[in-house]
Amino acid sequence: MLLSAIQLLLFLSLPPFLLGVINRVKARVAGRTGQPLLQPYFDLWRLLHKGAVYSTTTTWVFRAGPVVGLAAVATAGLLLSFGGAPAMLSFSGDFVLFAYLLGLARFFTALAALDTGSAFEGMGAAREVSFASLAEPALFLCLVVLARATGALSLSQMLGEGLGSAWSTSGPALLLTALALFVVALAENARIPVDDPNTHLELTMIHEVMVLDHSGPDFAFILYGAALKLFLFGALVVRLALGFHFDSPWAALLAFLGGMLVFAVVVGTVESVMARLRLSRVPQMLVGASVLSVFALVLLLR
Amino acid sequence: MSLALAIAAVLLTASSGALSVAFRRQPDRAQRLAAGALVLGALLGMAGAGMALASPVPPSLDVGWQAPFARFAVRLDALSALFLFPVLGVPAAGAVYGLGYFPQARHGARAVRLQIWFGLVTGSMALVCMAANAILFLLAWEVMALAAFLLVLTDHEEPEAQRAAFVYLASAHVGNLALFALFVLLAREAGSWDFARMAGLAATTPAAPWLFGLALGGFGLKAGLMPLHFWLPGAHAAAPSHVSALMSGVLLKTGVYGLLRVTGFFEAPPASWGMALFTVGAVSGVLGVAFALAQHDLKRLLAYHSVENVGIIAMGAGLALLGRARGDGALVLLGLSGAVLHTVNHATFKALLFLGAGAVVHATQTRDLDHLGGLARAMPRTAALFLVGAAAISGLPPLNGFVSEWLVALASVRTAFDLGALPHPHAAALGVPVLALIGGLAAACFAKVVGAVFLGNGRSPHAALGHEPPPSMLAPMAALAAVCFAIGLLPALVIPSLTRAAAQWARLPEAALAAPAAEAARSAARLSAVAAVLLLLVAVLVLWRRRSLGARQPAAETWGCGFTAPTPRMQYTGSSLAEALVIRFGWVFFPRARVIPPAGLFPRRAAFSSSVPDTVLDVGILPALGSLARLAGFSRAALVGGRVQFQALLLLCGLIGLLAWLYASG
Repeated sequence: MLLSAIQLLLFLSLPPFLLGVINRVKARVAGRTGQPLLQPYFDLWRLLHKGAVYSTTTTWVFRAGPVVGLAAVATAGLLLSFGGAPAMLSFSGDFVLFAYLLGLARFFTALAALDTGSAFEGMGAAREVSFASLAEPALFLCLVVLARATGALSLSQMLGEGLGSAWSTSGPALLLTALALFVVALAENARIPVDDPNTHLELTMIHEVMVLDHSGPDFAFILYGAALKLFLFGALVVRLALGFHFDSPWAALLAFLGGMLVFAVVVGTVESVMARLRLSRVPQMLVGASVLSVFALVLLLR
Repeated sequence: MSLALAIAAVLLTASSGALSVAFRRQPDRAQRLAAGALVLGALLGMAGAGMALASPVPPSLDVGWQAPFARFAVRLDALSALFLFPVLGVPAAGAVYGLGYFPQARHGARAVRLQIWFGLVTGSMALVCMAANAILFLLAWEVMALAAFLLVLTDHEEPEAQRAAFVYLASAHVGNLALFALFVLLAREAGSWDFARMAGLAATTPAAPWLFGLALGGFGLKAGLMPLHFWLPGAHAAAPSHVSALMSGVLLKTGVYGLLRVTGFFEAPPASWGMALFTVGAVSGVLGVAFALAQHDLKRLLAYHSVENVGIIAMGAGLALLGRARGDGALVLLGLSGAVLHTVNHATFKALLFLGAGAVVHATQTRDLDHLGGLARAMPRTAALFLVGAAAISGLPPLNGFVSEWLVALASVRTAFDLGALPHPHAAALGVPVLALIGGLAAACFAKVVGAVFLGNGRSPHAALGHEPPPSMLAPMAALAAVCFAIGLLPALVIPSLTRAAAQWARLPEAALAAPAAEAARSAARLSAVAAVLLLLVAVLVLWRRRSLGARQPAAETWGCGFTAPTPRMQYTGSSLAEALVIRFGWVFFPRARVIPPAGLFPRRAAFSSSVPDTVLDVGILPALGSLARLAGFSRAALVGGRVQFQALLLLCGLIGLLAWLYASG
């Protein structure tokens, strides 16, 4: 229980640091010094103490968007275990709830964007919901593969002790799944090659454009929620990749944190060496991820 | 006692319309009395259903009847009782809504007719769900179909309503023919018209696949399973909104009920039945939501979502059948619970959405999404209630739609595991990503609907007409939204009833399902815990935001990226929002576009409009029937328009042909 609580605290406190690491990696690759590692925390702190400007077009839906978005993503964190200990709450079928909580966050973010009446934000909302409806099946296919490989129905067990033996019996399938899950993680978190978190003012972006009109604490909620979501997907990928079993839960926690660092470095590297895909290519990439995981499922069901 | 209450409910609801005739001199009072009678009947029936669910032995009644082959046999097992809740609850909400939406004082005889058929369809639907004799079932079924036809014809001088009602009448009777054949065959197999004797038929007889096929066709037509859904979008769009809520929310569900009832007769149905139902459901689910995305008529869009949701129900029922084939009690429990609970849930949120849409149409006089916008400011309560329905139908927690989709997804993932030595159609595990796709597309579609109708700025003068409906229209919507929250927050409460229904349907002792039911109840309790955390976090964040912001909330224009004269027409419309997804489904759509391109150096007038007609009805059936009619016309012209001598010759040829046939057959 103590360990679970520590995990939860880490989940709530570390995500902005992950963003800091990604930014540092991108800066270094580009030959810059880069912002301080803790800059995302400073940003959040500053935003939380600012006032907020609201468009005259908006209604309560615009104000509810960031609140529901952050609450849903934070609640999803209760269902995922980050180290050796099980999650705070775990039951059969919790993976469905996990994905749908993220869906709830997305739904309200898109509605808040539409509430501004801006063509720009409508565009972002349209893209977000379109790509999400293709990313969702890929995510669920990955989770079905995990369920089949470990014989478990809850996230904690899927990513828990059974995973070690599953890697030895069905390694190739799990490798394919990890790849697919990484692609889904990039797409769901608006990272390159799907979306560029740095371009606030291009007609090509998705997530950033939806939140153009948010300011102050609302924007802080959104940024923090996005960081939490990145952490959740990173945790899924890292826990899957770190399949082997640790005897000590503390060792498992340390290995997990190390893995998350590597994940941030990999995401940063991908962003440094790749360009954004053309929008019409994004669905192909997501369908590709689905095909990878269908292939993994076929390998398991043969 | 429970049965007496249910029969009283049938009589009271079916005859409630008579009050609106009897007191027609005082229209307001007449309508209130009729609605009151219907609500009272519904409450009695639901109380009866609740008592029947609690009793371990289903109450039944069987008395003789003068009609040939028929007996007045009714039975309230758990399945019937669970169906009675939406079948009575949704019309009750609709009747109260009708007080404000379709007042008798304004619409006169039209409203009287509507109330008569509304009550009759409610009573007959309840009787369909209770009947335990095939003749009684078919009788109630036919009354229901005809009363619904007359309801669609409420605005009988509108060509749209005439067309929709005719398509509905024709398709309903094609379905009825299939059901006549089905029950005649069933009665021959069982040697009786009583459901009690039909139960326990072997699924291995040569007639069994035919029976399943007829049930799938006949009941599938009523339920709106793709490709038999074609009557549904037109009928739901043409009817008044509370009638749409009744038709889309519960009338379709009688098809689901029939399918479950008939498949429940068979002992150990083969796995192929389950897979067939599951596949049809998956196709309906995905294509239903795809067609919905392509619509810009609010009510047609909601109607296509019924196709999607019936698809999810069929997936659950298919998985439950698969569970019986595999002898896997947990799969039966999860699949059937998911199907039945989704039936109840869909009735609730779809009725809520149709009533919300009705309030919008009532105020703005248009159903076109691309003419609306910004209504959340003029109709905040309607907007909030509609949003609850939209989140529920998209399967988002903590609402009821999530719970039933979760059960179906759990059933589907269970088929990925190897259990015992029986056949394992692992393909059913693909139901999980299919459900995810449906959920994602539904969320996209409802982001489009809520965004286009309630958010942003109004796109036409219609949108400026928006005003909040009277309390008599808001109260039923609020009640339905409360049910959405109740089932979503406390799903563990419904698991025992669902378990009983699953056990009776699969003809297993309840003890056989006790272990998986306990597991499901445990998970459902955790679901409540997560929902509680979610609501708590929302409350905390709202308070935090309020405290840190205080009064510092300056208002400004939406940022226009430097453009200084934005107009509402520059907003994303519903159609443009869905465009990226709609082009992915180009292979099933046959979009029609009308383009007047701008011409010359100073173009005066340019126009563009597009619509996506129903592929089955407008591209398949109607052109095919049109060619058939033309062919018949040609041959008729040759026969009738020709000379008398030619007709006499044909007559002679016919006679000789008949004689030859008689001679040949000896």
